[in-house]
Amino acid sequence: MLELRQVSRRVSGQVHLSETSLQLQPGTLSVLLGRTLSGKTSLLRLMAGLEKPSSGQVLFNGKDVTGQPVQQRRVAMVYQQFINYPGWTVRQNIQSPLKVQRRPQLEIEQETQRVAQLLRLEPLLDRKPLELSGGQQQRVALARALAKKADLVLLDEPLANLDYKLREELRAELPKLFAGTGAIIVYATTEPMEALALSGMTATLSEGRITQFGPTLDLYRRPHDLITAKTFSDPPLNTIGVHDANWQGAPRGASTLAFRPHHLTPGMGSGSALAFNVSVISTEITGSESFIHVARGADRWVMLAHGIHVYPSGEQLQVHVEPAHLMAFDALGVSLDPSLRRAA
Amino acid sequence: MKRLFQTIIPVLYIVFLLVPIYWLVNMSFKTNTEITTGLSLWPREPTLRNYTVIFTDSSWYSGYINSIIYVVLNTVISVAAALPAAYAFSRYRFFGDKHLFFWLLTNRMAPAAVFALPFFQLYSAFGLFDTHIAVALAHCLFNVPLAVWILEGFMSGVPREIDETAYVDGHSFPSFFVRIFMPLIASGIGVAAFFCFMFSWVEVLIARTLTATDAKPIVAIMTRTQSASGMDWGVLAAAGVLTLIPGAIVIWFVRNYIAKGFALGRV
Repeated sequence: MLELRQVSRRVSGQVHLSETSLQLQPGTLSVLLGRTLSGKTSLLRLMAGLEKPSSGQVLFNGKDVTGQPVQQRRVAMVYQQFINYPGWTVRQNIQSPLKVQRRPQLEIEQETQRVAQLLRLEPLLDRKPLELSGGQQQRVALARALAKKADLVLLDEPLANLDYKLREELRAELPKLFAGTGAIIVYATTEPMEALALSGMTATLSEGRITQFGPTLDLYRRPHDLITAKTFSDPPLNTIGVHDANWQGAPRGASTLAFRPHHLTPGMGSGSALAFNVSVISTEITGSESFIHVARGADRWVMLAHGIHVYPSGEQLQVHVEPAHLMAFDALGVSLDPSLRRAA
Repeated sequence: MKRLFQTIIPVLYIVFLLVPIYWLVNMSFKTNTEITTGLSLWPREPTLRNYTVIFTDSSWYSGYINSIIYVVLNTVISVAAALPAAYAFSRYRFFGDKHLFFWLLTNRMAPAAVFALPFFQLYSAFGLFDTHIAVALAHCLFNVPLAVWILEGFMSGVPREIDETAYVDGHSFPSFFVRIFMPLIASGIGVAAFFCFMFSWVEVLIARTLTATDAKPIVAIMTRTQSASGMDWGVLAAAGVLTLIPGAIVIWFVRNYIAKGFALGRV
């Protein structure tokens, strides 16, 4: 088990990570979800031991490893850029961590074959990484991580530089690759959809702070606070001040109401639905979905609709959201979801 | 018309550049009488006497040996010292790093003559006068900063993540540096070594000031060839030709990287 005990990281006065505690269990996959500069990479580097926390402790299986050099830890890391040793062949790249550990030659060969087969790199073993496509290069990096049999595998936006199709493919493969290794997998990403696709656990980060950590679907359905809800929403979450909404059913103390773009629908809806008059700003069509950007007073919202819908900009539209889809937050941004209240 | 500019003008320019070199080679195969008595575009009575003199007279060929010894020494010392320095500048942030980096370059802005006197005094005091190591160390003043600049550029072109990946894999720093990192910047090391070699090879003033007989470089011998019978033009020309050769050989090896080296690796 990897445990971070109130670790923080400051670099020349700037806070990269405020005090953070986290426990990750073996055999689990955890997603670190947050925008760029939210502290994902800082957190990964602290876990790896590439950087020392300014305060706090890192424990591995109960043992304090805070000051332990990265060479002595059983970690593997894969970066967003495809990082391999350019001068070495794919085979040498995969064998690098095994050779350092002075494993028997036979075992090294068998292990190379095994991971090369898993990642479909067998025909490429004698090529240099730079002769391969981006997807293949990243497979080499993953193969090296897999061959090392690390207890902690850190993936820093590993699919961000790949094109869409490869990304989907490799994302589906990833959890299977490491399944059964018993390793703690940590996967950093900026994309909420990736977190949902990988399932497992998710920690949302914002401004160097973990806002919430738990099973991915729990975070998505019942975010503890507004920042988490916003981080875990793509396209952006729609918000409205409770006074503007004029909703009788708003919980006491509510200050902001929020709802996801696909819960905003054209038309009047049922009797209890909240209806708004909005004007269309623009429409983006991705093929199977349309994003309709609308304005209501000073608020800018996004409406997500299936299929192709084109609204001329400037058109007045009546839209509604069902009360069941509204999330209420108090003035501090804390969720007023009654189910959470009970838990707390 | 366009063709004229594309071919004739470069050809003219190259011929213009090659004339002095041709003249040197031409002279080296002539006898002294032919050189002094008139103008001839090629040797009328070609002779190898001039080269024979150089290869048989130890006061001549020892100059080449001395030069090669201190130039190689200097190149090895400069690159060996510059590698860790350049790595530090490329990978770490420390107090005053940018100023220090620039200050290194300012060492190249002073004329060699400025340093001739202090070097002479210093090396004499340490009993290093007229030794190869004296010249090799003195040339480091110019070559280490240059090598640091060149190598830093090449090193910064290697992503830092490669270093980290090596550490994560379990490589120690020395193992990473020698087995993974140095091969990646091999062309940079080659270019840095080339520049050190060239500067040390062509530098006259400090080399002459710091030597008397035992370590006297060829460039110094060439400037003092008044003998009792007057100037020996032919031998001097042959010496000149032989002095060009090491540079030409080194350039041949690094010709593909040289432009990158002039950009100090910042391409």
